[in-house]
Parts: sequence; structure tokens; C-alpha cells
Amino acid sequence: MKPSLFGYHAPKTLAEAGAILAQDADATVLAGGQSLLPAMNFRVAAPSALVDIQHVEGLKGISIKDGAIAVRAMTRHREFELDEQVRQANPLVAEVMQHVAHVPIRNRGTVVGSLCHADPSAEMPLLLTLLGGSVIAQGPNGAREIAAEDFFTSFLTTARKSDELVIEARFPLLPAGAGWAFDEVTRRHGDFALVGVGCIVTLDAQGKVQTIQLAACGIADRPVRLTEAEAMLKGSTLTPDLDAAANASLSAVVAPDDMHASASYRRRALKALITRMVTKAASRVRPGAPS
Amino acid sequence: MKRMIKPSIPEHSDDPRVTIALTVNGETVSRTVSVRMLLSDFLRHELGLTGTHVGCEHGVCGCCTVHIDGKAGRSCLTLAVQANGADIRTIESVANGDGTLHPVQQAFKECHALQCGFCTPGMVMNIVNRFEEPGPLDLTDNGIRDMLSGNLCRCTGYINIIAAVRRAAELMGRA
Repeated sequence: MKPSLFGYHAPKTLAEAGAILAQDADATVLAGGQSLLPAMNFRVAAPSALVDIQHVEGLKGISIKDGAIAVRAMTRHREFELDEQVRQANPLVAEVMQHVAHVPIRNRGTVVGSLCHADPSAEMPLLLTLLGGSVIAQGPNGAREIAAEDFFTSFLTTARKSDELVIEARFPLLPAGAGWAFDEVTRRHGDFALVGVGCIVTLDAQGKVQTIQLAACGIADRPVRLTEAEAMLKGSTLTPDLDAAANASLSAVVAPDDMHASASYRRRALKALITRMVTKAASRVRPGAPS
Repeated sequence: MKRMIKPSIPEHSDDPRVTIALTVNGETVSRTVSVRMLLSDFLRHELGLTGTHVGCEHGVCGCCTVHIDGKAGRSCLTLAVQANGADIRTIESVANGDGTLHPVQQAFKECHALQCGFCTPGMVMNIVNRFEEPGPLDLTDNGIRDMLSGNLCRCTGYINIIAAVRRAAELMGRA
């Protein structure tokens, strides 16, 4: 259980980091290492070189700007979880964070690293997808913003090019007065989700759904927005339509049977979670409240 | 007699090596290490600090938990080169120099929270760090189970470990 050999670089600037990535397409970015190092210890991953970005200037911290929480590349999960400004601006974050592994892992693992690892059952990719967020990828020709729906392309695969470094993730704030909820089904607390579901909802004065965002992880090769259910629930009073909307989402389960759960189990878990999360999110709506 | 036992450890390694300097339990140390050496192996083999135990080497068991810049973390999921310049604290630094136990260790002893003891250093390092964090502690059974959820014990069944965490909170005036 030791990693195979690799070259090691500890650049101090973005330009240095970019130059190494541009030279070596098999080099991998090392941030917190909480997903990468287990894979390397198992020798599932054997990058030619690691670009350790912990000393790169300007990659730390969290700021709230332009209606989104900007999380820099070296920001640890635990910082994102405990940040008071984040808790005020988007309480969904702390709710999701409770499910990310365990505190000692969250102390080291980074939010952006988890996004780039793109495990289809992981919470961070789901959160970015649910919120309709984006990442900023810095390449040799400058930075580009990639929307979550375009970033996660397949199992452990993203739209990041090998010469790009993701320097920031942007998690939008909740709409004014919105209710939110996230939960997942796991074999043990802290494990990867068999199925996870998040929901954000706003209601009008009559109690009808004004806006709804619904997404799931663990059911496909990437996190999935459940757009069909969203369309069915928009404008509804929720209760009569919820069962049908949950049923309409079941075809989104395309993950094959694996050692942890069958596809049919995942469909049942998905339906139960959709029902619970939409109901819980709706119960937390604060009509007329500022965001 | 035919030699049956033959060591196969190479006498030299072609691994790229990097010189690192870091603080371990308050002492500054500098070593030249292979880039792929894990922090857990660095502590055990380079420094002889064998209180940090190595269980699964992929981040699941928590036995190798140490403090990295004041935060509990897995030393098996950290490369020694990543700890260049870092402040590391291991189980060897937890008890006082005169052998008096830290309240968390004292509580583990009082509550019989260890049997074989293999997981104990990781448990203690994790819990000590949680007590050092600002903010309230959730000392309900569920809260303590959550605190311990990243550390596996294959002997005790956890009941006495949960009791020990609660007892430690009493001893430290956090209950």
C-alpha cells in the first residue's frame, strides 16, 4: 500500500504550476490528497508527477461576491463547513458537509479537489450541480468559467484540460426565502452515498412552487439535475404531484448494480429521498424573507 | 544448509529525494526523503515515532491520525514532502513529560476504552483535536459517535470509547 514512483513539484506561483501541467499531460494536481493518495496507495492511480499546489500564492480562502461563494482551490472542506459567512449566506452547505467523510478527512481534503476528482456519488459535485455553480479553470491562454453541467462529463472525469488548473469554484447563494434540504443513503455514516438528493425550493404566496432545483448523486456516472421532476413540480402545490414527480425521476438511475446496491434499490432510495427532501425543503421556505 | 531466507530489499533506491524540514512535537527535524514516502512511514521509520500506527493505509481506519498544523489528519494520506514546513504533533507529545496522562488518555484508561490498543493513538489524537476546536461539543451519543466515526476499533464495540469521550469532557470542564 505505497504509491508507485512519481515526480514531485511544489510550485509557488500559478505560472509555475501551469508550466509543469503544460509540459506533462500525465501530471496530476495534488491539493489535500484525500481522494488522490488512497488511489495512489492502491496503485489505481499512478500519475507521472504530482503538482503540489499548497504553496501556490492566492489559492486559499473563501469570499462572497456576485451572488456566489467563491472557494479557492486550497480551501479545505472543514473551512467551508465552519465558515460563518457561508452558514449565513447558504445554509445548505453546512447540511451537505456533515455527510462528507469524517472530520479528520475534511480537515485535509479540499472542496475544489473533490470537484475535480468527480466521484459520481460524492457530495461536492452534487452541491455544485444542484446550485448551478461553476468552476474557474486557469490554462495557458487565461482563465475560463465552466458551468457545473458542462464540467462533470463522466465517471471521475471532468472538462478540465490536462494543462488547466481549477483555481476556484463558485457556489451560488440560495434565492431569497428559499427552503433547502439534503440527505443521502449510505451503508455507514461518512461513506460515499449510494444515493444522495438535494432540493432548493421557493413558494409563492399561495403556496405554489415558484422555483425548484432538484439533483441527485450516486445514480449515474455524474451528478444529475432531475429536470423532469422540476418541471412537473413547478407551479404545483407539491403534495398531489410529488409522487408522480418522484416516479418520473426513476429513469435517471442508470448506475449498474454494484457490490453496494442494485439499481432497483437505488431507484427505491431515490424515490424516498426525493419525497423527503422536497417536503423538508418546502417546510423551510421563509416567504418574503431576504436571502 | 541451503539459504531459504533471502532479503530482497534493494540496497539503494533511485527514487527522487527531497530534503524537508518540519517541526515534530516541538522539535525541528530535517531529513532527505523519497518523494513517495508517506508521512506515517516518515514518523515511524525516519524518526522512530512508532506510536503513530499504520492500519489500512487508505484513510479508512484512522489509526495513523496525527495533528498537521493543528488539525487532525491522516498521516497515511499525506506525503512526507507535503509536510515540508508543517507543524506535526504525534501521540508521543500528548502525555506530560513526567508521564502524567492527558485528560483524554486518563479517560480512556478509567473507562477501559481500549483492549489491544492498536487504534488508541489515532482515537486520542482525533479526540484531543476536537476538544481543542472552538465552539460547542455535541456530547450526545450520536454526537460522540460522529466524532469517532473516522476511527475504527475492532475490539471494544465502541461503548466504552463513547463513555471515555464523555468522561474526558468532564475532566476538561467541557461537559
